[in-house]
Amino acid sequence: MRNAAAQPAIEGEVWPGVAWAVQRDLRLALRSKAELGVQLLFYAIVVTLFPLGVGADPALLRALGPGVLWVAALLASLLSLPRLFAADFADGTLEQIALSPYPLAALISGKILAHWLATGAPLVLLSPLLAVQFGLEADELTALALGLLLGTPTLSLLGAIGAALTLGLRAGGSLLALLTLPLYVPILIFGAGTVEATRAGLAVEGGLSVLGAALLAALVGAPLASAAAVRIALD
Amino acid sequence: MFRSINWFKFASPASFYPVAGHLIPWFAVPAALLAAVGLWLGLVVAPTDAQQGDAYRIIFIHVPAAWMSMFLYLVMAAWCAASLTFNARLASMMAQALAPTGAMFTVVALWTGALWGRPAWGTYWAWDARMTSELILLFLYLGYMALRHAIDEPRRADRASAVLALVGAINVPIIYFSVRWWNTLHQGATVSLTSAPKMASIMLVAMLLMSFAAWFYAIAVTLIRVRAIILERERRTTWAGDLAGAAR
Amino acid sequence: MLEAQDLAARRGDAPLFSGLSFSLEAGAALVVRGPNGSGKTTLLRILIGMTQAAAGRVLWRGKRVAPFDPALRACTVFIGHAPALKDELTAEENLASLAQLQGAPAERAAMLEALETWSLARQRALPARVLSQGQRRRVSLARLRLLARPLWLLDEPATALDDAGHVTLRAALDAHLAGGGIAVIATHEDLHLAPGVLRSLVLA
Repeated sequence: MRNAAAQPAIEGEVWPGVAWAVQRDLRLALRSKAELGVQLLFYAIVVTLFPLGVGADPALLRALGPGVLWVAALLASLLSLPRLFAADFADGTLEQIALSPYPLAALISGKILAHWLATGAPLVLLSPLLAVQFGLEADELTALALGLLLGTPTLSLLGAIGAALTLGLRAGGSLLALLTLPLYVPILIFGAGTVEATRAGLAVEGGLSVLGAALLAALVGAPLASAAAVRIALD
Repeated sequence: MFRSINWFKFASPASFYPVAGHLIPWFAVPAALLAAVGLWLGLVVAPTDAQQGDAYRIIFIHVPAAWMSMFLYLVMAAWCAASLTFNARLASMMAQALAPTGAMFTVVALWTGALWGRPAWGTYWAWDARMTSELILLFLYLGYMALRHAIDEPRRADRASAVLALVGAINVPIIYFSVRWWNTLHQGATVSLTSAPKMASIMLVAMLLMSFAAWFYAIAVTLIRVRAIILERERRTTWAGDLAGAAR
Repeated sequence: MLEAQDLAARRGDAPLFSGLSFSLEAGAALVVRGPNGSGKTTLLRILIGMTQAAAGRVLWRGKRVAPFDPALRACTVFIGHAPALKDELTAEENLASLAQLQGAPAERAAMLEALETWSLARQRALPARVLSQGQRRRVSLARLRLLARPLWLLDEPATALDDAGHVTLRAALDAHLAGGGIAVIATHEDLHLAPGVLRSLVLA
């Protein structure tokens, strides 16, 4: 035909698809910096609300700390989920993504990875600082940070399923929360539970291995489920 | 004999509608009878428990309701899987019909569980694995119904809610085991709703009868509901129009 | 090469069209016309496998097209109603992104040439946010120059194009069809294509 490039046989290639999505979404996130700070600020505010609500008794705060920090991380994750697909859906890019020769699950994995790097990773870095407000000890801080490091990507992965199912719906955000929070419950239990276990003198590896296993399972299953949901939404 | 019936013919809503209508009394009547006998056995005949007095009798409603709530979710998920695999509208309609009944049984199980908890262990709500999983199951049912309701386009609603139901089906056992672990960690909930009173055989019979009654009730109600769903979704077809015309 | 047999479509519960059949060989263009809401976009989406038809089938090179059929996707450029541009990326970056998404290497020289063909050379470093509707449409169409695919599915490609844009679009279509490609175009406007290759379909 003309001087267009010949078509390489790329159908089914996973990593170039992931790379395309990560690179594009990170570039977009960096160029609209205002959005990035919001989730972090939200996390900090929610965490600060709890002592204001229950009082500053150090023993009480120590007991509440792990749970509060994890619940706030869940809520911050929920807040950021619509960003994952909504913009692409609105401007027609999601259609082009679905029609790409790269596997849709691979492209979605890339988007989720970029999403986590922009929203979840900063949260993991901020959490030890906020945990100091609740009087957590050093080993508990480590358990918390490592747990969030393993847990927040899982939250992004599982949340992507809900985000894809509720694409373009009026009910949007609250419906997304209703659908996604039951999926989050095991992560919350094991994440906060790992810190509790450390406090009780148990080894931290137990809870962390479960979180790691959950992450692996989500890495395999969530992109596939999200891809199915995206195709359904585009129908 | 089976080969001469084209079973797939019944996969069309139009053919299934009259079949469902004929089946309803075959489930509704036995359900009422079984419930009557089961309740009589459970509330009147079964002996008073030594520890829990007469309050324990609520298990004759609580346990069948809990079993049904979980069983119906699995059946709903199976219909959802069928609808995605075979692209069959009727399978989606069956799932849609099951959800409200499943949700109802879940609410009944939670309510009766709380009512039982108070006299038995002094607290309306104990965060044990079963009751917590039951609560999450209620959220799953409500989420399924909410998602269906939020999507206007029927085919997208069918397929999206099917994906949701299947994801939820995987989630329920995971939640159950994680809450069990959580309980061992927190040492709090030593109560367990498995500590039902030692079962005299008459109690077992009553419970089984009530379970079958609940099952037949669920089938009857689901068939009634699916007929209404079929009529609503197929309202523009000629057979539905003929039905409405004949009714006038 | 592209064949539709007895296609039917619904939107929600309401039927859009039924019994639609056509067959296109190399070098043929099908123009789909009809009032708003008649199903032009739906037809294109059915052809690419994105929307499920209520009845009927689509055949590509004799084989039935499955939902999101990979073999068909590899042979098609689908340009939808929305230009699919990201506001934060420049024209050049948008073009590169869309081309790479389809597996084309998007070398600098090829992209500059594509942008020049569509009169966007001066806008190439501007973010899409500041481009006019017509310029956005042209960036979107520029990838036709970078992807060598036999089938073009275009949904309202001439929207917001000025006269120069129409000329470029016509030239691109003529070259594509002369080279043995097929095009299905949903449009309100008169594209002035060579009459021999043109078939017309009107949806009620």
